Amino acid sequence: MTNVVTLKINDRDVSGRDDETILEIARQNAIFIPTLCHLDGLGDIGACRLCLVEIKGNNKLLPACVVVVQEGMEILTDSPRLAEYRQMIVQMLFAEGNHVCSVCVSNGHCELQDMAHTVQIDHIDLAYQYPKREVDASHNLFSLDRNRCILCTRCVRVCDEIEGVHTWDLMGRGIQSQVIIDMNQPWGTSDTCTSCGKCVQVCPTGALFEKGKAVAEMTKNPAFLPYLVSMRESKKSP
Amino acid sequence: MRHHGFSSEALIETLHTIQSTFGYLDLEALRFVAGNLRLPLSRVYGVATFYNFFTMKPQGEHVCVVCLGTACYIKGSPDVLEAIERFSHLTPGETTPDKKVSLVIARCLGTCGLAPVATFDGELAGKIEPMQATGKIEEWLNFEH
Amino acid sequence: MNTEELHQIAIDEQTRQRQYKHRLFVCMGTGCLAAHSDQVKQSLEAEVERRELKGQCQIASGGCQGLCVAGPMVTVEPQGTLYQHVQPQDAAEVIETLDQSPIERLQDRTTESFFQRQTKVVLNLAGRVDPERIEDYIAADGYSALLKALTEMTPAEVIEQITASGLRGRGGAGYPAGLKWSTVGKARSEHKYVICNGDEGDPGAFMDRSVMEDYPHRIIEGMAIAAYAVGADNGYIYVRAEYPLAVKRLGLAIRQAQKHGLLGNNIGGTSFNFHLEIRMGAGAFVCGEETALIASIEGGRGVPRPRPPYPAASGVFGQPTLINNVETFANVAQIIARGSDWFTGIGTEKSKGTKIFALTGKINNSGLIEVPMGITLREIIYDIGGGIPNDRSFKAVQTGGPSGGCMPTEYLDIVVDYESLQKAGSHMGSGGMIVMDETSCMVDVAKYFMEFCMTESCGKCVPCRVGTAQMYDLLNKITHGEATLDDLAMLEKLCGMVRATSLCGLGQGAPIPVLSTLRYFRDEYLAHIVDKHCPAGVCNITAAERTTA
Repeated sequence: MTNVVTLKINDRDVSGRDDETILEIARQNAIFIPTLCHLDGLGDIGACRLCLVEIKGNNKLLPACVVVVQEGMEILTDSPRLAEYRQMIVQMLFAEGNHVCSVCVSNGHCELQDMAHTVQIDHIDLAYQYPKREVDASHNLFSLDRNRCILCTRCVRVCDEIEGVHTWDLMGRGIQSQVIIDMNQPWGTSDTCTSCGKCVQVCPTGALFEKGKAVAEMTKNPAFLPYLVSMRESKKSP
Repeated sequence: MRHHGFSSEALIETLHTIQSTFGYLDLEALRFVAGNLRLPLSRVYGVATFYNFFTMKPQGEHVCVVCLGTACYIKGSPDVLEAIERFSHLTPGETTPDKKVSLVIARCLGTCGLAPVATFDGELAGKIEPMQATGKIEEWLNFEH
Repeated sequence: MNTEELHQIAIDEQTRQRQYKHRLFVCMGTGCLAAHSDQVKQSLEAEVERRELKGQCQIASGGCQGLCVAGPMVTVEPQGTLYQHVQPQDAAEVIETLDQSPIERLQDRTTESFFQRQTKVVLNLAGRVDPERIEDYIAADGYSALLKALTEMTPAEVIEQITASGLRGRGGAGYPAGLKWSTVGKARSEHKYVICNGDEGDPGAFMDRSVMEDYPHRIIEGMAIAAYAVGADNGYIYVRAEYPLAVKRLGLAIRQAQKHGLLGNNIGGTSFNFHLEIRMGAGAFVCGEETALIASIEGGRGVPRPRPPYPAASGVFGQPTLINNVETFANVAQIIARGSDWFTGIGTEKSKGTKIFALTGKINNSGLIEVPMGITLREIIYDIGGGIPNDRSFKAVQTGGPSGGCMPTEYLDIVVDYESLQKAGSHMGSGGMIVMDETSCMVDVAKYFMEFCMTESCGKCVPCRVGTAQMYDLLNKITHGEATLDDLAMLEKLCGMVRATSLCGLGQGAPIPVLSTLRYFRDEYLAHIVDKHCPAGVCNITAAERTTA
């Protein structure tokens, strides 16, 4: 059973159901909260930490994508502190991989690039890590360039939750983590991949792209997801 | 696996059983486990590489584990490790080309009262000196069957 | 098994024990075993056999006495004589002198204060109970608290007792156990779980290993009482794979308890059912975090998830789950048996009872100690620990593992409880206490912990995954004499950010060693950066780097 609650976001009175997340309520009220690992239609994991918000009475910052609203909550979605942290998170992502926008298929259509504009960073103060990462071009339709991967795990989740085959997962841990296909094998040799291409469409950067696309040509359309999810759900509950 | 009822949550237990039997996890074993527990291949591989305890490389005949827990670190285990590295030309995680000796580092063996500690084929040695450690490795390397 | 049957086992066992004129306990803990205490036991047994004293003198396995450096240790009862550094060839002399005055040679007077200044609650049977025999534990009043709870108390009364005792989580954060129990108790669900967190990952800490090895039944009893109180029917003990002896003894203890009807269905003849299993970890520090531990028990990558929802509402397999640490559960049975008033009589206003510490590092008597809350750091280090070896001077003491802080000399007189350690920029942690002297470089120590957090980060959230690597690189630059003051400013900025934004305790705690060493030893950082010099002489800053800088 769900109840309707009222709360405040940035001093504005808003209302929602108590099973809705802060992010959902904020969006319904046209209040912007930056997100990167979140994607409508996929389960949320609270990993990128861009959607952290301040909640009155709680000394911890909480991720808006997973925390559900409660009666009387007072939420702040923007503050000098949050702005600084968001800038650092985006800087960290740029410093972690090898992101060279000028030669990237997703240049101009990249969520990481857009986020840099959103949080207003124009240079990176952190030291670049220049990791050695592999490119996998063995699939006949798609390519994977791990240098551009930000480990948001959207590909892992869409493959598991929507396509249902779980071809993707993560291996290793910490700064050594990377996305893998099956037993960490070349994509083209996968036993399970159905070549549906959903992972490519949901990838926020140029890490996953269609073959044959030149610089800045790869546009993506993840909007199919909420549609797919709602169609499936309506089929389940007659 | 039968022991654990073929349930997916038995993955880690199953990997433990395989590693204690064969010494390491190879791809074939992981495929077999995935098939029997009905788990995605990538998930099994992801779990096997997440945990430090699991290794996908065969270990040498003898294994030396040097503890780098805080107490051991403060009491000089880095010197012990360095001495072994210099002597055996191994870095942690490696095995000698003749497959005789593997060098491994541990986060903490929980016997901090005896720091610095190392284990040689599972046998714990406390208050270990660099010379003592390299002596043991030398013994292993020179032993002929 | 009902109360009378339990009582009968206790009496039988006590009678059996009284038959012996002397009972010798040889420590079979990991530390003494490494010094071949098993051989000492064998030769003592052979000696008893040879002298045909089998009916009068019992040679038994005992638990850890705490002072592992003095192993192998042998306790002689009823005199209570404690022999240290016993060798197999000492067996004849030990048996020979049982009725005479103890052998001076095997006693070390300098360690007397180590044993005398402690208050043993959790470890009170240390050395005198065979961890592999349930009868020994029952003879020492074991499982009477469980049956008392089941037959004389309602679940609500059990929770009330725990709440009144003021027991707080011994895993580090110090969350009130009673509050946690009542939250899980109130959750509505057909199945609930109780989990014992034995994934002692802090490097330099081994309290829980020792408790699991020596008191497996005490943990089982505590968990069963908790399960009754919160309405759980299943439980797991999650143990590090690095502790094979603990795994073995817990497994044995579970089977013994099942056989005696103290685990399983209809425990104590009541309608209470509780099934307990062991789950082995596989070497991931992050699994000490409760949501990561749950993911690991479910067979997945040990990756934490955001809380709320808390495990009390949605834990293992989505069911309400109570998670407490080994030492927390090990306190439960005695609180129920002796009452909360007894427990609140020990400790300070807000921190009750005792705490076990693994006292290690640059200290004379390094070992496992149990002290009342409220003792000062100075008493621990100088009275129990016997001070710093080699006439060196004390520099800092580190508590709280990789998310703890270093406290300098001026904090030696603070009392040990949750609040005052926090005020000093550290925290209680699970119980690692590492003493450093003037030859330890604090920047190097900070780097050590950061390297630990970097390699143990699960990699899920950005601040921890990337931030720990960035901070490690900066610390590495400092220890190599290559850093600038701008680097130091960036390090401090990263510390604040990673602390505030990381998903779980590992990331949130990772900056603390840096922040606390910056707070008390900033001059050491500056010496590395400005003067290109390591005051402790640990960091290898070469002359070449010094001239180019």
